[in-house]
Amino acid sequence: MDNKEPIVKMRNITKRFGTKVIANDKVWLDIYRGEILSILGENGSGKTTLMNMLSGIYFPDEGTIEVDGKEVVIRSPKDAFTLGIGMVHQHFKLVDVLTAAENIVLGLEEPFDMKAATEKIRDICSRYGFDVNPEQKIYDMSVSQKQTVEIVKVLYRNANILILDEPTAVLTPQETDRLFAVLRNMRSDGKAIVIITHKLHEVEEISDRVAILRKGQFVGDVLTKNTNAEEMTNMMVGRAVQLNIERPEPVNSKPRLEVKDLTVRSQDGILKLDHVSFSLNSGEILGIAGISGCGQKELLEAIAGLQVAETGSISYIEDDGSRDELLGKDPLEIRKKGVSLSFVPEDRLGMGLVGNMDLADNMMLRSFRRGHSFLTDRKAPHELAETVVKELEVVTPSISTPVRRLSGGNVQKVLVGREIAAAPSILLTAYAVRGLDVNSSYVIYDLLNKQKMSGVGVIYVGEDLDVLLELSDRILVLCGGKVSGIVEGRGADKREIGRMMTSLGGNTEK
Amino acid sequence: MKNREPLFHISKRDDLSMLKVWGIRLIAILLALVLCSIVTILLTRLNPLDVFAAVIKGAFGSKRKTWVTAQNTSVLLLIALALTPAFKMRFWNVGGEGQILMGAWAAAACMITLTDKVPEWVLIVLMCVASIVCGALWAAIPAYFKAKWNTNDTLFTLMMNYIATQLVACFAIVWENPKGSGTIGIINNASEFGWIQIGNKYLLPIIVALIMTVATYVYLNFTKHGYEIAVVGESERTARYIGIKVERVMIRTLLVSGGVCGMVGLILVAGINHTLTTTLAGGRGFTGVMVSWMSHFNPFTMILTSFLLVFLNRGASEIATAFSLNTSFSDILTGIIIFFIIGCEFFIRYRVSFRSAKKKEG
Repeated sequence: MDNKEPIVKMRNITKRFGTKVIANDKVWLDIYRGEILSILGENGSGKTTLMNMLSGIYFPDEGTIEVDGKEVVIRSPKDAFTLGIGMVHQHFKLVDVLTAAENIVLGLEEPFDMKAATEKIRDICSRYGFDVNPEQKIYDMSVSQKQTVEIVKVLYRNANILILDEPTAVLTPQETDRLFAVLRNMRSDGKAIVIITHKLHEVEEISDRVAILRKGQFVGDVLTKNTNAEEMTNMMVGRAVQLNIERPEPVNSKPRLEVKDLTVRSQDGILKLDHVSFSLNSGEILGIAGISGCGQKELLEAIAGLQVAETGSISYIEDDGSRDELLGKDPLEIRKKGVSLSFVPEDRLGMGLVGNMDLADNMMLRSFRRGHSFLTDRKAPHELAETVVKELEVVTPSISTPVRRLSGGNVQKVLVGREIAAAPSILLTAYAVRGLDVNSSYVIYDLLNKQKMSGVGVIYVGEDLDVLLELSDRILVLCGGKVSGIVEGRGADKREIGRMMTSLGGNTEK
Repeated sequence: MKNREPLFHISKRDDLSMLKVWGIRLIAILLALVLCSIVTILLTRLNPLDVFAAVIKGAFGSKRKTWVTAQNTSVLLLIALALTPAFKMRFWNVGGEGQILMGAWAAAACMITLTDKVPEWVLIVLMCVASIVCGALWAAIPAYFKAKWNTNDTLFTLMMNYIATQLVACFAIVWENPKGSGTIGIINNASEFGWIQIGNKYLLPIIVALIMTVATYVYLNFTKHGYEIAVVGESERTARYIGIKVERVMIRTLLVSGGVCGMVGLILVAGINHTLTTTLAGGRGFTGVMVSWMSHFNPFTMILTSFLLVFLNRGASEIATAFSLNTSFSDILTGIIIFFIIGCEFFIRYRVSFRSAKKKEG
């Protein structure tokens, strides 16, 4: 098994973006048939770039690629398909109004025969155990079904080498199990499978071999059975890292926010939140779990004054017990009421920050109205930017760099730093560590814990159940816009929460 | 043969230094001039250097020509400055033409109906107020509809131009002078009542334009309004998230934008043309859009850009008369130069790398 020939050999691959950024620096990589290879690395370590070069999206500046022992040049995704290489991207590339089958044959230069195509798709599905209806429209599908369509699309083009970019990021534990089962089937069929990930337990669960990248450089590859989480983290980060999230006991907790019967419809009349009720205490982290699009966004935006609600109430409870109704007020009115509410939205550069503005100007978003002058005060935001950069160790060329140039982790530090600087009594966070590397994630967990200990009521909407279970004092599970249940964070069971995410109250029989 | 690297690929550049950026632009203009020369030789068999000399002569050939070039530059600059706040907010105000006409119409209305009924200074104050208000309202109508019902800003402002043109055409008949001419003629030609002039007859727009350049720069970059405009332009969602009332900012900004356009109408009627015609703005409401974008919304760069366009335009009409060529030929030359200037922005943002010679051998 050890001395068989690799199907893909990548040698000395270098890719630069501009003059300063080296995304891949002389990377070597071998991919074997009948094996699942994990590519592990922090964000910005060049995993996706490397695979994009194999699938024809980017062209390497230097280096050679061999497939089946022959040197090849991959100029486009079409070239890649001809060589049997197919990639499933993190953001699906499907046409919403077409059916699964139509999406799968889209762009193929073969006689258009929907019936034969459907037949072939059914065949592929039964061979590997996919559950997909070729005639279903994409807009009717769940995220996991869409992903399945993407995988079938690649297999339909006879790919032997399958690349999946962070396939589990959007899946529930149960869906992940199903995906892994299918991947194992494909492995035994002799296909070469590559998954890009930064989750260690997945590497351990599914892959045979793991290749590790750090800052664009190839650190090494090891057989998964010969390694462990600690060793992999060390290789990935370059030094030893503490992998436990702290969870201090809440102190002096009293009700801070009460949401009652909150019902929200989207503009096209779809029910997004259905009679949601819960309360948030000061000095606690309330985790919110749920499949993406189950009303998390609407819930946070309703509290922040950005979402119109049909019915219900959201009351803010002062220390002395008096209540303020927040529903029906816009963010400015909430602020004028004296409620200090900070919100770290999911869309950092599209909502929380302005990508083209520099750090100082972004700090100004919260404070520019201060003072009676017609002109803005530039000094205070500048100082705040400097403090945030210093205290949160933001890596940036200068205060006057547009934030879109910063890496994801640093963007998030700027945003969280600004929101915390407003001294909130309620802190809403949506996917606060999405796309962040190990180090930055722990910085954020730390910041949230500090806020909690200073008496802030924190809402943490997350997608990584492992983190939610370790960080939250209580976890509210949303399922299709309804509260499926609220469980204590300490001692909660991951499978149980996974079940509650997919069916109300976790009743699988229903 | 198939196993070859692609001939070239395009990648994004890091930010270039100011020096390099202007270097690229200079090269673009030089290349444009070379192409212009070749086209001139091939099509007209004239010496291109003679043609270029004529262009310069057209813009600066005499004292009067120099003044006219400066005046036209100022008017175009003022229009570009007026449109900039709207475009910075990503509101496509292509209705500059109509807003100028409405400002001009209001000024003319005051002059025609109130002459000799009020003291001259009262008339001038009324003209200023009326034209700024009319221009502002003409821009605020589409802004209100967009804020309330999310109508399309480009189409709406464009349509408002035609309404303004027809309105002016209608009043050209109502106020026609002399009867039967179908035009308004020079208003108060003998008395010059209500004419606004500072020093010589070219200076007014130049001074106003310089003041407005500085004012626009400060407004956009250092005021709370300017900050709100920038945030709304970059991301409406961010604006709402921090509690900016997007609808209000939209209407307010268009009031400013249209108001300045109205003022340009006032200057055209009271300071330069002393009459009202449907072609008073002469397409400059659209050229101003180009000036604003080409200058990346920087008021000081706009001075240069509007000068360049006016210079080319004046030179073009000179070569048309000097060499008895028709005006289409000068349009070709202007087209080539503008194409290169806009096209070079691509090379400022992206780098094109060709297949390296070394690899070709291997």
